[in-house]
Parts: sequence; C-alpha cells; structure tokens
Amino acid sequence: MKLNVNNAQHDVDADPRTPLLYVLRDDLKLNAAKFGCGLGQCGACTVLVNGEPVFSCVTPVALLAGKEITTLEGLGTAENPAPIQRAFIEAQAAQCGYCIPGMMMRAQALLQKNPHADDAEIRAWLEPNLCRCGTHMRILHAVHRAQEMMKPAQPGDAG
Amino acid sequence: MNDPIIISRRAALAGTGAFIVSFASAGRVAAQDASAPLPGPPPLPGSLKQTPLLDSWIRIDADGTITVFTGKAELGQGIRTALLQIAAEQLDTDPGHFKLITADTALTPNEGYTAGSHSLQDSGTAIMNAAAQVRQLLIAEAAQRSGIPPDRLKTDNAAVIAPDGRRFGFGELVSAEMLHVQAAPESRLKDFSQFKMMNRRIQRVDIPAKVTGGAAYVQDFRPDGMVHGRVVRPPSYGAQLIEVETAAIEKMPGVLKVVRDGSFLGSIAEREFQAIEAMRALAAAARWQETAKLPDAGALPALLTGLPARDITVLDQRQPVAGGAKSLAATYTRPYLSHGSIGPSCAVAQLDNDALTIWTHTQGVFPDRDAIAEMLRMPKDKVRCIHTEGSGCYGHNGADDAAADAALLARAMPGRPVRVQWTREQEHAWEPYGPAMVVKVTASVDEHGHIADWDYAVWSNTHSMRPGGAGSLLAARYLAEPFPEPPPKPIPMPEGGGDRNSIPLYKFPSTRVISHFLPSMPIRVSALRALGGYMNVFAIESFMDELAAAAGADPVEFRLKHLDDTRASDVIATAAQSFGWSKRPLRATPGRGYGFAFARYKNLAAYCAIACQVEVEHATGRARMVRAVAAVDSGQVVNPDGIANQIEGAILQSTSWTLYENVTFDDRRITSFDWSTYPILRFSAVPAAIEVHVINRPGMPFLGSGEAGQGPAAAAVANAIADATGHRFRDLPISSDRIKAAIGV
Repeated sequence: MKLNVNNAQHDVDADPRTPLLYVLRDDLKLNAAKFGCGLGQCGACTVLVNGEPVFSCVTPVALLAGKEITTLEGLGTAENPAPIQRAFIEAQAAQCGYCIPGMMMRAQALLQKNPHADDAEIRAWLEPNLCRCGTHMRILHAVHRAQEMMKPAQPGDAG
Repeated sequence: MNDPIIISRRAALAGTGAFIVSFASAGRVAAQDASAPLPGPPPLPGSLKQTPLLDSWIRIDADGTITVFTGKAELGQGIRTALLQIAAEQLDTDPGHFKLITADTALTPNEGYTAGSHSLQDSGTAIMNAAAQVRQLLIAEAAQRSGIPPDRLKTDNAAVIAPDGRRFGFGELVSAEMLHVQAAPESRLKDFSQFKMMNRRIQRVDIPAKVTGGAAYVQDFRPDGMVHGRVVRPPSYGAQLIEVETAAIEKMPGVLKVVRDGSFLGSIAEREFQAIEAMRALAAAARWQETAKLPDAGALPALLTGLPARDITVLDQRQPVAGGAKSLAATYTRPYLSHGSIGPSCAVAQLDNDALTIWTHTQGVFPDRDAIAEMLRMPKDKVRCIHTEGSGCYGHNGADDAAADAALLARAMPGRPVRVQWTREQEHAWEPYGPAMVVKVTASVDEHGHIADWDYAVWSNTHSMRPGGAGSLLAARYLAEPFPEPPPKPIPMPEGGGDRNSIPLYKFPSTRVISHFLPSMPIRVSALRALGGYMNVFAIESFMDELAAAAGADPVEFRLKHLDDTRASDVIATAAQSFGWSKRPLRATPGRGYGFAFARYKNLAAYCAIACQVEVEHATGRARMVRAVAAVDSGQVVNPDGIANQIEGAILQSTSWTLYENVTFDDRRITSFDWSTYPILRFSAVPAAIEVHVINRPGMPFLGSGEAGQGPAAAAVANAIADATGHRFRDLPISSDRIKAAIGV
C-alpha cells in the first residue's frame, strides 16, 4: 500500500493490520516515534495524521491510505531544527528523552490548531502523554517557548 | 521559572591558594569521619584506584582527537555532558574536540554499576585527575622539545602554548607510550577560580538527536540483517511450561524460529509485527503449571514484620534519658514500587563465530556480561556488552533480563542480530520492584524542645538483586537446566540498602537504629532509585514534623536546632528563605498546606532540602503539589542545569510514588500490569512551579545528586498534606482514597 509520510509517498509492503508504529520504525527507519506500551496508554508513539495526534502503536496502516502522516523527522533536523525542536533544546527539556518525541508531536498539533492556547489548555492537552523522569516542568516551558517562536513575526519584532 | 539559581560560596577549603588539591582525600575525610589515616602512599582518586593507567581513561590520536573513556553509562542523567566538561576543563580544550566512549566491556574501565549517584564521584574524579596528569605530561614533553621551563607553558584548545606564541598540538606531542603510565596519587588540578567549563550551564550533548529523530537508543539500533525476537513470560512467578504446540506457529508468515528451552519460550521473525504475532500465538498455545503463592497485599506490613529477619545493629548510642519527656511512637509503610520505564526493556544480540555481542541498556555492562557468559556457559572473553542508551531506568529494571533474552535468541540464530523488546505488560509484571518496607520509630522530646532519645527500626528485603550470577537473570531461572536465584544479601553501611539513610543526620543524646533484613522475597525485588533512602527519609522527616508539633516548634527551626553540619543548615536555610517559609500563612485556607523536609543522601552524597505547598480537594481527597522550592549542595558543581534537571525530576517522580503508586497482586499473579492498573503522575497534577537552588562548593569533592531528592520530596509532600488536612498519613501511597477516609468524606 501507499503511505504519505512527511510529504513523501512510500510504497509499503506490510500486513494491513500492522500498527503504523512498526512501519515507521522498521520499514521507513524513522526513530522518533517510540514503542512505549502498544496499548494507547502513554503517548510515546504519537504522530500526526492530518494534523491530529494519534497513537501509532494502535493504529493499523490499513486506515491510513491517503492520509498525511507527520513524524518528528518531518518537522526539522538537527542541522535545521523546527521551532518546537529549538525550543526543547533551549529549555533542555529532556532527561532520558524517550517520551519527548511523542510529547513534541502532541504539542505541535495543539500549537498548529490553537496558536494562542494558554497554560491550562496546554496542560490539559498533554494529559494523555506520560513522562517518568519528571521532566514535565521543562516540557511545559519548552511548549510555551515554541509557541512564542511559532507566532507569526510582527513588524518591529527583533527576530 | 526553570533556570537554576547559582549561589557561589567560597567553601572552607583549607589552603584555598594552594594549586594542588586532592579531591579524593578530601572526599574520604568528608565521608568517613571515624576512619584513621592509612599508612603508605595516599590512594588514587576515584576509579583510578581500580584502573590506574592514564590511557585507560584518556587517549590522544596523532591528529589531536582526544578520546575519554568511562565505565559509567548515560541513563538520561546527563553524564556524558558532565564528564566531557570535566575533561575539557583540565585540558583547556573545547568539549567539541572530544570523543567519549561509555561503558563497553571491550573498551572501557570496569566501573561496576552506574548507580548510587556515584558517577561523578567515581568516574568524574578519575577523569578529572587523569586529564590533569595528561596535561602535565604534554607540558613536560613540550618543555623538553622547546627548552622552555614547564611553568611558563600553557595549554589551550588541544595545544601547549609557549610564551612566544609557539603552538605544540597535543597530537604532535603525544607518543605511543606517553600516556601508558600509572596515575599519581595527586594531580596539579586547575584552581577553581580559573574554571571555564565547570559550574557552567552547557547544553547536553545527547539532546539534539533525541529531539530530531536521531538514533539515540538501543531501540533505534538496526544493524544489517537484524531480525526481531519476542519472549513469552510465564503467567506467574515460577510457573512451568507444561506443553506448547509450535508447529503451526513456526509456519506463520515471517517466522524464522520458535525457541524453547525448558520454560523459556520465544519467537524470532523477519519483521517486528510478525514476531509479536508469533509471541501472541505462543502465549495462547502455552499451558503452564502455576505454583506461586503471593502474600495478602492487604496484610503486607504485618506480614513483613512477621517474616524471619536477620537483625543488624546499624547504630547503638543509647544513653539513659531523663524522665518527664513527651514520648511519641509511629509506624510508616511503603508498598512495592515499579520503576515504570516508559520504554520497555530492549536489547540486540549477535552471535558470530562463537563470539557474542550484546547492545544493552544495563546499568552494569561488566556484571551483566559475566552473568550472561555463565548462563550460556561461554568464556567471559567471548561475550561483549556495549552500553547503548535505553529509556530511563531509575535502577534495576528489565534491562539485564532483556539482554539475557536477546542472548538466548541470538544463540539460536547465529550470524543474525536479534532485537528483543519487552511488552508493556512484561515490563510491569516482571521487573524487580523496589521492596515494600516498614519503619517503627519512637522518640521523646524534653522540656526544652530537644529530642532526647530516638529508637528506629526498619524492615526490608534486599535492595539489590542485580547480576550477580546467571541466576540473577530472569530467563536463566526458566531454562531446562535452570540457574537458581542467588541468595539475597544486605548492602552494608555506610551506603546501606534497606537501611540506607536510616541514621538521622540530626544529633540526639540517645540513638538506636536497627535494620531487620528479610531474606525471604515473596515478590521479585531489586534496586529502585534511592533504595531504602526514599522510605527512611520519608519516615524520619515525617516523624521530625510530628515531634516538632509535640514540641510546639516550627518544623524548620526544629530541624536546624538538631543539626551541627553547616552544609545541611545552609540548604535548609536556602530552601526555607527562597520559599518564604516564615511568611507562609498558618492554617489560613482549608485544604492548603505547607511542608518541609531535608536529607543528605546516604549521609555521604548531596544535601537536599525541599519546601512545598499542596492543595487537597475536599470532595475527592485529591492532593496536588502546587509549588516546590529545593536547595541542593552537590559539592563542586559541574553542570548546574544538570543538577537542577535531576532534582526537578526527583521531586516529580517521588511525588508520583508518594501519591499514587502501588504494585498490586492477587494470591498468584501481579495485577498491576500496565498504566491503567499502575497509574502515575500526569500533567493535571504537575505543580505551577518548581525552583531549584544549586549551591556551588568550589574545589570540594563531587557529591552525587541523582537520587538526593527522592526522600525529601516524599516527606515534604506528606508534611504538607498533614498541614493541609490535620491528619498524618504514615502509609504510602497517600492516595485520594486514604485522604478521603481520613477527612471523613
């Protein structure tokens, strides 16, 4: 079947019942989405499908033909990071970092839909995603920072 | 406000002007007041004691590339960055110039486990001294070549610089044997007033890959020809595989092999989802004989104190106490706690020409290598373990067991790298938990508000069942020729296991501490971050508040009154002042409370004090930390942001343990097997603000800070809930159900 991942078409030869996560990681060699539970309970596998966050560990590829799938790799690179990636680096918002790509994708979806989300909305939105290291304060800090970076530049803004 | 606040204090370092400072001997004095000086030359600093050759730690190539070797592993605590900062400081060279090789049985020193907040103390101290000595050797070589006296030569960015501007690159100066020498006991360490790289917030080297989809974890490792393995775990401890019909499963698409050895059962397939489907089919086909008899979880405290115990007198300084004192007694309990790594354990193994290589996120590549070699009956030198980062572990989780699983499957599939990843349910049900514990304490307060006597007893299993031997590995116990689980041992003081932090740092006229070590382990247990320190500090610091109340004293004043350690007093005063402790409203708002707690981790490592505010929702009994302020003294600071990150994390993780967590089981099986049955802290319960004050102690020994916050955070939360509700909670977790029951909702 054909999958649109990060604005590129991929021919994927997988059992249609295969959860998207394994196709992203094993067939497309994309590292960011992580296996955390396989149950849709922790959010480590979060990617965007048509701009909405989904748990890729429980989403069979059969449901995804013709949809736009975005992973963290689709936002930016280490050399040319997207605003949310720059924000997480600046805030040093990781300990082990295993949950972080899922957190970033979930936050990205919110900031695209609602650029003016307030702190309470950001916290409520991130509720499904688990972090075990206790990096929550920095994650929130980084999402707020990304929000500032993603706002359209106003005349007179210094960068 | 997440930026750490740096407080620079000139510590009382004897002879501040002296250029030669021995961190190691200073550390010994601080750590072991009672020990008499040893005759003979002073011991080598840190892990140089076990691995004394300089080139075991630092090598320089002809092209000037500097490679640093450490036997410690990155666990998400930022150790790669801190160790590079230390080496870069002593060699006056930008950290970007370095390569760092972490724990690998073929390449690095054997530094045992990356555990106990020891990495900077052991490896950091070794690398600092080795780097300083390498610098002196390079300067001596340049002096010889140039005829310029060594004291007129400087180092800068991988070169020795002469006063006339001539530059001798480290790569030109170094020769094959130059660094292949024994370290000296003392080093010409750079004076801390000259530090450029240490006590600096530099960005962690591992984060860019982690936030851009780089290959950052063993889970991301995909060597050519890799296949996928999965294991089927028994339904309960000790269950034996009676029968499994595998013929149809072996014919499933992509399945390469079904591996069975006794009750060890696994699948290997070309693709990951195929291996998972084969695992599920095997689990459905397998018939087990279950024998486990788990204790009644509801009767746990009584069960623990009733188990046969080996009694250890940790401290006995009892004195007759004057009469008329106010006496208090209390019992505190904690349940079994899960490490709960977000990423289930994973490993990749490959058998090639009788040599086995395993990429693993174990905390101890050398002990894990030894255990796996024993399990496979292979010579140790034919097994190599390479640490590759995994999800945060917080102690002994499934990492070593997953490495053993991968080794067993790789042995069945020579030539192909086999990647094994546990399921969520396997990680939750089979990891070795932090042990349940009970503390009973009695103390009395005299008419001056001083604690007159203190009698403390703790009941606990061991806090380390790490490898060990082959029997420490889960899979090895289920083979056709099984390896028995090794007998548990207590970890001796001063670090301790169940008795870690059981001696209060406070000074009392009469003190006794007894550790009841429980060899019988009804539930699989091992090391969880801070070991017994979490429970003992929770109990001691809760009881200090109870005694302060009995004495009619402010909790902070009461603590300061019983301390004679100025570094302890400093963190307490800093946390209290920054929090605005003395200005907090007293019982002004129903459901709002303030709590304070302090400990020095292991009584040897970092000092940490935490003040916090909680709110308890009356209708639901739900407690939430609203704000916390911590002060920490880890000695000489390497990366203040790294310390702040660890303490912030400790506060939130410990709050999660303290409010929500409890491993559950019925009479046979673990029943907390996923995140719905083992809930942890989520964003809705995250505080509005956490502030961490890092007190730098220039030139003082490194004190590990990775676990320093666990105990104080728990007690600060408990004390704040007591303040908010008027009820003292002595059983963990302090769940909403328990709070509701106490406040009568």
